[in-house]
Amino acid sequence: MQPTDTRNPDYFHKVVDCQWGCPAHTDVPGYIRLIAQGRYTESYMLNRQANVFPGILGRVCDRPCEPVCRRARVEEKPVAICRLKRVASDLRDEIDELLPKAPQQKNGKRVALVGAGPASLTVANDLMPLGYEVVIYEAQAVPGGLMRSNIPSFRLPVEVLDEEIAMIIDMGVDLRLGTPVKSMKALLAEGYDAIFVGSGAPRGKDLRLPGRDEAAANIHIGIDWLESVAFEHVDKIGERVLIIGVGNTAMDCCRTSLRLGARDVKVMARKPRQFFKASAWELEDAEEENVEIVVNHSPKSFVVEGGRLVGMLFDKMSYEFDASGRITSEKIEGEVLIPCDDVVLAIGQENAFPWIERDTGIEFDKWDVPVVDKSTYQGTRPGVFFGGDAAFGPKNIIWSVEHGHQAAISMHKHCHGEDVAERPAYGMNLSTAKMGIHEWSYSNDYDGTPRRVVPQMDLRERFKKLDLEVELGFSAEQFTKEVERCLNCDVQTVFTDKLCIECDACIDICPTRCLTIVPNAPEEELRGKLSAPAENLEQALFVSGPLPQTGRVMVKDENICLHCSLCAERCPTGAWDMQKFTLKVPYAGKPATTGTESTS
Amino acid sequence: MSYIAKPKVVHPGLPRNELGLSMRDYEGGMSTLCAGCGHDSITAALVQAAFELSLPPHRMAKLSGIGCSSKTPAYFLSASHGFNSVHGRMASVATGANAANNELVYVGVSGDGDTLSIGLGQFCHAIRRNLNMLYIIENNGVYGLTKGQFSASADIGSKAKKGEVNRQPPIDPCLLALSIGCTFVARSFSGDKEQLVPLIKAAIRHRGFAMIDVISPCVTFNNHEGSTKSYDFTRRHYQPAVYADYVPPAQEIRSEQAAGSLQAVTMHDGSRLLLHKVGADYDATDRLAAFGYLSRHQAEGAIVTGLLYIDENSPDMHELQATPERPLNSLPYAELHPGQKGLDAIQARFR
Ligand SMILES: Cc1cc2nc3c(=O)[nH]c(=O)nc-3n(C[C@H](O)[C@H](O)[C@H](O)COP(=O)(O)OP(=O)(O)OC[C@H]3O[C@@H](n4cnc5c(N)ncnc54)[C@H](O)[C@@H]3O)c2cc1C
Ligand SMILES: Cc1ncc(C[n+]2csc(CCOP(=O)(O)OP(=O)(O)O)c2C)c(N)n1
Ligand code: SF4
Ligand code: SF4
Ligand code: SF4
Ligand SMILES: [Mg+2]
Repeated sequence: MQPTDTRNPDYFHKVVDCQWGCPAHTDVPGYIRLIAQGRYTESYMLNRQANVFPGILGRVCDRPCEPVCRRARVEEKPVAICRLKRVASDLRDEIDELLPKAPQQKNGKRVALVGAGPASLTVANDLMPLGYEVVIYEAQAVPGGLMRSNIPSFRLPVEVLDEEIAMIIDMGVDLRLGTPVKSMKALLAEGYDAIFVGSGAPRGKDLRLPGRDEAAANIHIGIDWLESVAFEHVDKIGERVLIIGVGNTAMDCCRTSLRLGARDVKVMARKPRQFFKASAWELEDAEEENVEIVVNHSPKSFVVEGGRLVGMLFDKMSYEFDASGRITSEKIEGEVLIPCDDVVLAIGQENAFPWIERDTGIEFDKWDVPVVDKSTYQGTRPGVFFGGDAAFGPKNIIWSVEHGHQAAISMHKHCHGEDVAERPAYGMNLSTAKMGIHEWSYSNDYDGTPRRVVPQMDLRERFKKLDLEVELGFSAEQFTKEVERCLNCDVQTVFTDKLCIECDACIDICPTRCLTIVPNAPEEELRGKLSAPAENLEQALFVSGPLPQTGRVMVKDENICLHCSLCAERCPTGAWDMQKFTLKVPYAGKPATTGTESTS
Repeated sequence: MSYIAKPKVVHPGLPRNELGLSMRDYEGGMSTLCAGCGHDSITAALVQAAFELSLPPHRMAKLSGIGCSSKTPAYFLSASHGFNSVHGRMASVATGANAANNELVYVGVSGDGDTLSIGLGQFCHAIRRNLNMLYIIENNGVYGLTKGQFSASADIGSKAKKGEVNRQPPIDPCLLALSIGCTFVARSFSGDKEQLVPLIKAAIRHRGFAMIDVISPCVTFNNHEGSTKSYDFTRRHYQPAVYADYVPPAQEIRSEQAAGSLQAVTMHDGSRLLLHKVGADYDATDRLAAFGYLSRHQAEGAIVTGLLYIDENSPDMHELQATPERPLNSLPYAELHPGQKGLDAIQARFR
């Protein structure tokens, strides 16, 4: 193999699995360490720089970082990354002074953002400090998008939402509520320097089965229904409720039903559990509340008696699988009638752009969604950008934030006549973590504590009101333990080949047998010849240049390195060092080289 | 030394041996030796060999004398028996232990000072008795623990850290052992586990006295330019004569193992050793030839390594002395104790 090029920030970035997995590249180990040091405000600000909504995301993020956390490979459960974010948010001080401000002197550019969801809000967050005049058009009477209208307040309290949105709006955003954009043409005619479409994916899918129209009064489309609940147009539901679909929307629908008077809530799934789209933790939370999840039932018709919905008919299914777990055949085993008073459909969402005329130079593809460039977020008409659910279909908040950052970079470039396709580079900084002979500037000792569980409000209490937040957040006893579970993957093992005397000390001490000195070979061969075979192909091998004495190479399998520093402590020559890696992320108007550095 | 202990992580991919143990189960306490000391690598090789042989740790005993090398039994096999004796006296303690219980696997760890200076007599007599044990000399050419004085294995012309030159001739433990009838003589290097681990396995399986002289650089006092026991010097003069492959009793010999100029030796317990000879005419069962080969190459400045000599047919101490097969602690009292009548009879023989 060629020696690894560790000067490319991607190499060490990838070692920090959580940061690499986070769409917005939040410096997770950095903020966890700040919490460990009791520096909650700094931890919050480090978060905010990347993900803009730490209080919101610390409660409801989809947390793509957790499944990829190294800790999940070393033992079983990842670090509770998401809920630690909430700790920083709950315990921080006043931060007014620390927040970005819009300059007095404007730059003379005007941009329009459609929708006040997380995507548009991020664009505003990034462009306001650069002197832009930012106008947000929002159809609803309140900002926040689906975070407000669909994510129930028992998961995300309104105050948290209000506060973090205000941090952006208060920079002086011209927020026009209750103002739907009805025509793209008209908007274009207003002469904005750039336009961002962050209007989301607002259309919930319907289920056209016999009886649908007759029973319309008691059949609800999930996202519309949740919105009506959030805006207090709906405050009750029947006793027996069926939720169709098992995604995250279904989980919010069933739990909301329980708070509006339902007694018997069933979530109806067509397929077995391994095919569910909902996150494991959302399923867990719903089942904890006694929601029944019924598998292998395929909806057949709505049953109406006397003009009123009385139940639903399902085909009972059975499936066969191949070795890889894919369904190879399905069979209908019979028919089942399940009585109910209301049905909520939670089977998906789509984009819809009735307000964008099709002759504005903005092209739509065969599924009638706009053609958007994956790196610039620009549509086919220069100057019009898309992000969030509006760009590539429904995703989640953290992706919307990252789209917002990227689109802001493009808009800034567009407004200054630069090529939007030329993306700014990421940077990095490495600095030694060595403090003394065997002292490091981080907590390097492995802590075997199992993952802490966030306490929840008592089951007898939580249904009394719709907006009682169920999760109570970690106690101090818990989070001081949980922070120690982080392996500090950002403190990198950095190797200098010419110093190595091949004494094997590092190889012998490594608790997870990550290191090997071997004759160089092609990757496939090397992977089989290491102290422990490197079977996780997604994890990189570090390969040094030829070592001075024998010409062999030092190979490190990054997979389950604990970042314990023992290799560096054992090395007599300092060939291994532990160095704190800081990823420098470029933002609109802020190249990576001048990016704020982590303070940890 | 490090402040933190080596984390005990049990990750899902950890390999297990026939006993269901992982390599971690063969480790000991955290080493307090200097970072980069060759002795730590030998410790790691012992851990690996015991793991791969699936030896039950509680059926092993570690013995040592005094020195950095002699400290190492604290760093492996924490579940085994152990005796850290006085300087140069490990061989005697091992003899006693083995006499009382020949069912344990005995691993002795010593240094060049511990063996070739103060303990030389003990060492020679253990060899003569063909005591069934593995005897490792962690050879760094100095007294490491007492800050780097030349030891009896220091070569003529080798320089100490402060510059003085050794002028006394060295004792070569391999030549010495060959000359007094040692039944398993090997040399290796702490920096070559590929060679060392199979040698340790073979030595443990050998019935009789198995000596491995392992060049083990002292990073602190003897790893400088001018030293003949540094990592660099050893690598430059390293000359493997034979590679040993250890093949457990029931296992077939694989075809790639059978290639080349091979010598197969069947061990006492049915396992086999495949000796790959680098020097084509080398015969590891010919004591005189081994002695000649070693002397000739040594004169040329080469450090000859590998399994240099093996004799599987000589009786070990128990056979020589016709002592009981079973450990003394398992003998019934009546057998162990001759009784008054028996004692009178014995004494009568001397009257
Ligand atoms: C039930 C449910 C639960 C969810 N739970 C989570 C969760 O726990 N975690 C998570 O990360 N994600 C969750 N999501 C997804 C997440 O909410 C969305 O991915 C995210 O809000 C999308 O952000 P956005 O900025 O693209 O658009 P949206 O949040 O959809 O905001 C778009 C805004 O644009 C406005 N708008 C639309 N058209 C116009 C127009 N023509 N003129 C003016 N304004 C307009 C809308 O009124 C809306 O306010 C959930 C989604 C649903 C449906
Ligand atoms: C009876 C006695 N004499 C002398 C000493 C001092 N002493 C301690 S260790 C040692 C030499 C150890 O050298 P070696 O066996 O080569 O071990 P190393 O430290 O080099 O591994 C000496 C002379 C002692 N402990 N006991
Ligand atoms: S252990 Fe810490 S740094 Fe490593 S992936 Fe998990 S959260 Fe990130
Ligand atoms: S930090 Fe070094 S010793 Fe520790 S697990 Fe990683 S490679 Fe192994
Ligand atoms: S401990 Fe240092 S000198 Fe020794 S092999 Fe490892 S990197 Fe090389
Ligand atoms: Mg010594």
